[in-house]
Amino acid sequence: MVRILGFLVGLVFAGVAVISFFVNLVGNIQSPPEATAEEEYHVHPKALHLQSDGPFGSFDRQQVQRGFQIYKEVCSACHSMKLVAFRDLHELGYSEAEVKAIANQWATEVPSVNPDTGEPATRKATPADHFPAPYANETAARAANNNALPPDLSLMTKARHGGAAYVYSILTGYRNQPTELVKKFPGAKTPQGLHYNPYFANLNIAMPQPLVSDGQVTYAEGNPKPTVDQMAKDVSAFLVWTAEPKLENRHHYGWAVLLFLLVGTVLGYLSYQNIWAEAKRKVAPVGPLDPVNKAKRTRATKKAGVAG
Amino acid sequence: MSFAWAKPYEPKTGLGRWFDERLPLPRLVYGAIGGGYPVPRNLNYWWNFGVAAGIFLTVQIVTGIVLAMHYYASADGAFNSIEHIMRDVNAGWWLRYAHMNGASFFFIVVYVHIFRGLFYGSYKAPRELVWMLGLVIYLLMMATAFMGYVLPWGQMSYWGAQVITGFFSAFPVVGEPIRVWLLGGYAPDQAALTRFFSLHYLLPFVIAAVTVLHIWALHIPGSNNPTGVDVKTEKDTLPFHPFYTAKDGWFAGALLFAYCVLTFFAPNYLGHPDNYIPANPLATPAHIVPEWYFWPFYAILRSFTVDVIIPAKLWGVTAMFGSILLLFFLPWLDKSPVRSGSYRPVFKRFFGLLILDVLVLGYVGGAPITPLNIALGQLATAYYFAHFLIILPLVSKFETPLPLPSSISESVLHGEKAEAAPIGQTKPAN
Repeated sequence: MVRILGFLVGLVFAGVAVISFFVNLVGNIQSPPEATAEEEYHVHPKALHLQSDGPFGSFDRQQVQRGFQIYKEVCSACHSMKLVAFRDLHELGYSEAEVKAIANQWATEVPSVNPDTGEPATRKATPADHFPAPYANETAARAANNNALPPDLSLMTKARHGGAAYVYSILTGYRNQPTELVKKFPGAKTPQGLHYNPYFANLNIAMPQPLVSDGQVTYAEGNPKPTVDQMAKDVSAFLVWTAEPKLENRHHYGWAVLLFLLVGTVLGYLSYQNIWAEAKRKVAPVGPLDPVNKAKRTRATKKAGVAG
Repeated sequence: MSFAWAKPYEPKTGLGRWFDERLPLPRLVYGAIGGGYPVPRNLNYWWNFGVAAGIFLTVQIVTGIVLAMHYYASADGAFNSIEHIMRDVNAGWWLRYAHMNGASFFFIVVYVHIFRGLFYGSYKAPRELVWMLGLVIYLLMMATAFMGYVLPWGQMSYWGAQVITGFFSAFPVVGEPIRVWLLGGYAPDQAALTRFFSLHYLLPFVIAAVTVLHIWALHIPGSNNPTGVDVKTEKDTLPFHPFYTAKDGWFAGALLFAYCVLTFFAPNYLGHPDNYIPANPLATPAHIVPEWYFWPFYAILRSFTVDVIIPAKLWGVTAMFGSILLLFFLPWLDKSPVRSGSYRPVFKRFFGLLILDVLVLGYVGGAPITPLNIALGQLATAYYFAHFLIILPLVSKFETPLPLPSSISESVLHGEKAEAAPIGQTKPAN
């Protein structure tokens, strides 16, 4: 009874799936899906190699500091970074006094309350504060940005496919829209107020090109030239740190844990061999076998068709 | 419990005797996972995944309890509390990544465990209840994992909750009220998040309880084995401890090694980037996909694209639930008396196809919707149902199995009868 019912149920489900298959097949043949501009012109991120890559990766403090400088002087005008606190900057090699100064001189102040009147007020940031957001709220951010919302950058390299390479590619990917694209897809012309960028999913990004010219930011002595490419790399490296500040700890502990497990597993394997020696000896004796036994074993193995 | 020659527990100290007379807990443990549980001596490494599943359940419960001490189940604060764990809690990044990847590894080992049971006929008499309790555990795991994925309240959390609870609205009349009742609102929000957290904390303990039943039911007939032949004499078995504790022990080390490679060096590899974007009810992600372990079922859901009598969505949802429910009937669908696939040449072929089929379904479920992917998914879905409900019963009726070994010890010892003395007894000289 179970089998008869099952047979019918199986026929119904498999049948409807096959009907769906053929209906779709006919549909796709009669009106093949049209190509879209995104499919043809969207490109995957360029390769980007950072010192934080790979299982031994660590942060290049100099580079991440330069990236922080880019964020502070360029990105932070529009993008918040709510998950990072000034105190976290210690990890990048800034001294206590430097962190205090950075917090104190931050362009945006921290929302607060006037202690005398209770009126809303602002105060200077301290190392304990998270980076203050440039806009008071989403409405203000949209109003100032042509109705687009600049996303928070704290987790950006973990929140996009491609990670740091994606950020680097977007920053260096601005160009004029190819004329063939507009010719082929007249509807896909970059609208007023948006900017063509083939690394962006729908090709048109609201953010104007942020890193425009070499030397836009002045690096301290001993650093590479601040070309657009270099700046884009540096800020990408910084965003790797903001998204995963514990990356170095993770790698260090990871190797220690793997070493521990390796030793434990090898010891476990040896004790397993030892314990089973008595039980297994009958199947696969350890050490040289006398010829009679060996022949017997080979015959038996062959007969059973099992690799012993 | 299982065999006449199972060694009874013998307390070795006065204190042990005193305790055993009052609460025979050591006796229970000894009989369950100690020297008192005889296990077929020929188990291969596919049999190690049951114990491994228990290990990962433990990992999940332990890391989860500590995470819950720092997590804040609020629609405004959940996302930030996860980031607080990642940044400010001591070793919080490790706890959270261990829990995330622990879920994936729990599913990996359980999938191997399930497919091992499928191949070696472990669902057949007298182990039907073992199989069905295992499926109950699997369903509970799915519910727990789904609700756990909602807790970080990222974009995929939110939209995953939206889509999965939306399944219920496919059912006519009662569907929509049920969905609203489950969510505690018209869309996922605070009420849904709080109850998901509560249930996500509860269900693992239910899983642990059903696991006890699963093992209890297993220990009545004893473990199946690669030949599928019943245990006949003491020669066929070895005591669980120390033989299988040693084997499971080192293998658990190897699995934990693989798990730590992922946890420490590619912790987000199996996750989705969109879940690092806070939930936003107003912005739908371009591709909503569940976690990888649900992909085959997601592919089945999306394969039904045509309204045949009832709406396509209802077909999809029924098929998705049906694809798991039909497994409960497996012991009666496959009536072949031979358990092990090793002795079933036709079954073996189709089993290979099933593995391929599930892999295709998994790929399709995670891939973007394109006409080709949908078509692949539809064919794979048709095969999935045909395999269990049509092919398997027919194969079991018409197949001629290979000759079985007359006993486990014969198959293992390759006829060296003189050597086949039970462990602990004097062996004859070579």
